[in-house]
Amino acid sequence: MFRYLVMRVAGMAVMALLATLVVFLIANQVPGDPVLAQLGDLAASDPNMVARYRARWGLDRPLSEQYWIFLKGIFNGDLGVSISTQRPVLDDIRQYAPATVELATVAFLLSIAVGIPLGVLAAIRRDTWIDNLARFISLAGVSSPTFWLAFIMLALFYGGLQIAPGPGRIDLSVISPQTVTGLYLIDAAIARDWEAWRNAAGHLVLPSIVLASGTLGLITRTTRASMLEAMTQDYVRVARAKGLRERKIVIGHLLPNALIPVVTLGGLAYAVLLTGAVMTETIFSWPGLGRYTFRSAVALDFPGIMGITLVVAAVYLVINLLTDLSYALLDPRVARERAE
Amino acid sequence: MTDSAPLLEVRNLRTEFLTDAGPVRAVDGVSFEVEAGATVGIVGESGSGKSVTALSILRLLAENARIGDGSRIAFRGRDLATLDEDEIRRLRGGEIAMIFQDPLTSLNPVLRISKQLVEGMLAHGRQSQAEALRHGIDLLARMGINAPERAVSGYPHEFSGGMRQRVMLAMGFANNPSLLIADEPTTALDVTIQAQILDLLKTLNREFGTAVLLISHDLGVIANVCERVLVMYAGEVVEEGPAEALLAEPRHPYTWALLNAVPRLDQEPPADKRLTAIEGAPPDPSEPPSGCRFRPRCPFAVERCGEHPDLLPVAEGRKARCWVTQAGERLLKPSTAAAVSAPAAEAGQPMLSLRNVVKHYPLRRDALFSPRKVVHAVDGVDLDIGRGETVGLVGESGSGKSTIARLITRIQKPTAGSIRFGDIDLATADRSVLRPLRRRIQMIFQDPYASLNPRMTVGQILSEPLRFHRLVRGPEEAKARVGELLEMVGLSARAAERYPHEFSGGQRQRIGTARALAVEPELIIADEPISALDVNIRAQIINLFVGLQQRLGLTFLFIAHDLAVVRQVSDRIVVLYLGKVMEVATARDLFAEPLHPYTRSLISAAPIPDVAAERKREHIRLAGEPPSPVAPPSGCRFRTRCPVAQGICAEIEPPLAEYRPGHRAACHFSGQA
Repeated sequence: MFRYLVMRVAGMAVMALLATLVVFLIANQVPGDPVLAQLGDLAASDPNMVARYRARWGLDRPLSEQYWIFLKGIFNGDLGVSISTQRPVLDDIRQYAPATVELATVAFLLSIAVGIPLGVLAAIRRDTWIDNLARFISLAGVSSPTFWLAFIMLALFYGGLQIAPGPGRIDLSVISPQTVTGLYLIDAAIARDWEAWRNAAGHLVLPSIVLASGTLGLITRTTRASMLEAMTQDYVRVARAKGLRERKIVIGHLLPNALIPVVTLGGLAYAVLLTGAVMTETIFSWPGLGRYTFRSAVALDFPGIMGITLVVAAVYLVINLLTDLSYALLDPRVARERAE
Repeated sequence: MTDSAPLLEVRNLRTEFLTDAGPVRAVDGVSFEVEAGATVGIVGESGSGKSVTALSILRLLAENARIGDGSRIAFRGRDLATLDEDEIRRLRGGEIAMIFQDPLTSLNPVLRISKQLVEGMLAHGRQSQAEALRHGIDLLARMGINAPERAVSGYPHEFSGGMRQRVMLAMGFANNPSLLIADEPTTALDVTIQAQILDLLKTLNREFGTAVLLISHDLGVIANVCERVLVMYAGEVVEEGPAEALLAEPRHPYTWALLNAVPRLDQEPPADKRLTAIEGAPPDPSEPPSGCRFRPRCPFAVERCGEHPDLLPVAEGRKARCWVTQAGERLLKPSTAAAVSAPAAEAGQPMLSLRNVVKHYPLRRDALFSPRKVVHAVDGVDLDIGRGETVGLVGESGSGKSTIARLITRIQKPTAGSIRFGDIDLATADRSVLRPLRRRIQMIFQDPYASLNPRMTVGQILSEPLRFHRLVRGPEEAKARVGELLEMVGLSARAAERYPHEFSGGQRQRIGTARALAVEPELIIADEPISALDVNIRAQIINLFVGLQQRLGLTFLFIAHDLAVVRQVSDRIVVLYLGKVMEVATARDLFAEPLHPYTRSLISAAPIPDVAAERKREHIRLAGEPPSPVAPPSGCRFRTRCPVAQGICAEIEPPLAEYRPGHRAACHFSGQA
């Protein structure tokens, strides 16, 4: 198991290095001139101005040197200065990340807390109303476009019924809790400011449901399918022949097997939620990484784009590693086979 | 409950499966008893209803199964058929335990042995967790598992098949059951391991007084363990009686057919090498024939068989469902051709000749710079096959027999050695040389389901190699040739229009054979061609092979794990163990005087369906399991399990020495086992 861990971490380091190279090269090769985008048409027509600008940002150096500077910077925690905000990219990311982490985590917990039990019930009560409900939810969740679902939710619960708060993380009338982690729910709990907590939680409801809809559907469907597969295995009949109660068979024998593929999917889903909230964040005015990404992309802000892309790569690498490790813990065959 | 009542009394059991095509009655009016401490066997082919009968007792059937009204399954006087779910659950794994065929899939792969062992005891609430674990460890030791304290914290994949079946047995005995139902418990195991498990079953029956209901397709296994036998056919019991008498002189033609379809190790095969196979296949359970269900296939049928017979006494303690034997007729042994000495294989240049062939599979390294471990699948094998000869290759799993087939056909390239076929060395030949050779060497595979493309008609499957090798001119000639091939393997030419899934397993194996024959090969390699088939179908396919061999003068390499089958078809036999040849001899010499202790133990481990003969036979039981081919033992590979091994065996590897013309054995103490 230890050897497996070491091998996986080493592999991850190589992947991370490759990611920086790819990020760098792609950012340099995309059509679109940051000089033009930043200086505007008038200034960009002055060659001196352009030359000075290029020298100031190191755009006149050879590509390999630019990469080396970029790599050194990463190791020193320096992702460069955003061209559009004029602030260090890392500071920008630090500022925007907590909102996204909070939203994605709530959406993720929602997906597994609803998806797994629903999938399990659908499998053991196959072809009953609950199975049909689960199938409907997973199909609807996967197939409704985010923008559509978001507008429907806002129109219905905020505009129409007025039982949900509007866009934003917290009402303007409520003072945001003092920043410790940047996650409002945790910061408010630390400050014992329950009014702020309730308000922040209320604001999370609609965007997290919208964000979770796709992953919830996937997790429900995968859980159901892998439960159904596990139910056909011989060991289930053996467990029954031992005189175990059905509930024990489901929890003790079926779930440990059926959840293995769900863990892989869950890891992937969390990564998708963390990095793919552009649409949801934009519609709900959520001050997170998704909106930062959107703004950087529109402004052709290379340091910003590269920084955010690196964050995305890092999130995937770390979550992938955690997924693989939990896989090895859940399935004793994995660590052995892969180490051999 | 009175003392005289049997432990289990099944009366008129009817079990149906509700399918889209309507109800299918898998078990139709089965009645039998199991006395306390008794051993009862149920034998039959697939689809006979024997497993469904076993599963019906504990009501472990699939959801679409229904036990019919009027069925009674009385266990200690309580009718299991009418118990509610909670009451039957308390009996399962308590008073009645059940073990299943495949110990590989019967254990949950992600749970420790300890949990799987203990949970059954906890479910019946007689022991605390700690007591249960202690009891579990004792049971593992009792079942013959080494270092049970350590084994108990392992996972199933760390155990071999035989060890897993021991774990299953420990689980079964966890609550001291009074009845153990064992459904094909040794079918997935090698023959020497099967012998160990059957011995264990008998000991447990004796020592714990647990009654055993053993389900098997193998009459030898049943004869080995059971006092009483039920024979099932098409959902009915067709014969019942004491094992010894029933096997010595069957009173139902189906029992007679089963017995005669199996080659026996204690009897020399007849000169024509044929088995007595009955034609046809069991009836479709959704529409059983009227009258006696065996009538369409019965060689003894008379006019009265159009009327359905009852299971009636035919002798003291014996019943049979047959008009013929109830009228006092005897079922005579099939006449066998007089034993003529088989023609000796042609001397001279062998057609195929393997010399010192080696195949090693490297494993992944443990760490970047650690030495690579290697699986020694085949480790220096010499083998000659003469023209027109059938050579049998036997060995247990891991012996390397299938690898040899893959090397000869060059599906894989040997690590070292030469494989001479005519004047070509297959071991080193490149693609352009091999291509035309593919036609001359053909293979028949074990699994007739997986080796035929389901999207092609049989005609397309058979004409493809004909066209590829340009053996026919145009579609008309191909069609004629396909028809000819199908008739050669005992199918109708009309089969060409149909798809593989429309055929039974035995018919598919005939199609596979026709495909191999299509290109008129010189050598046919058959890798376990009958092990997926039922007893009677096996006999049909063996007869087909023997007939083709005699008619077309084919050369066969016949690979199987079943000694009796190999003996039936082969002129010469090669015994493999862990990648090395242990013994080579003509079929006759090998059985008349086996020299290698491994050969002797293989012969003795295979159960024969004759209680009296079984009693008289020598029983060599090999301890333990074959070692890993990754780290084969030093010196003689067999020494770790050998009953006569001595110091020298660990140091010097015995050469494959010739003791008599054509009879070689690799043992320092040949003939002394």
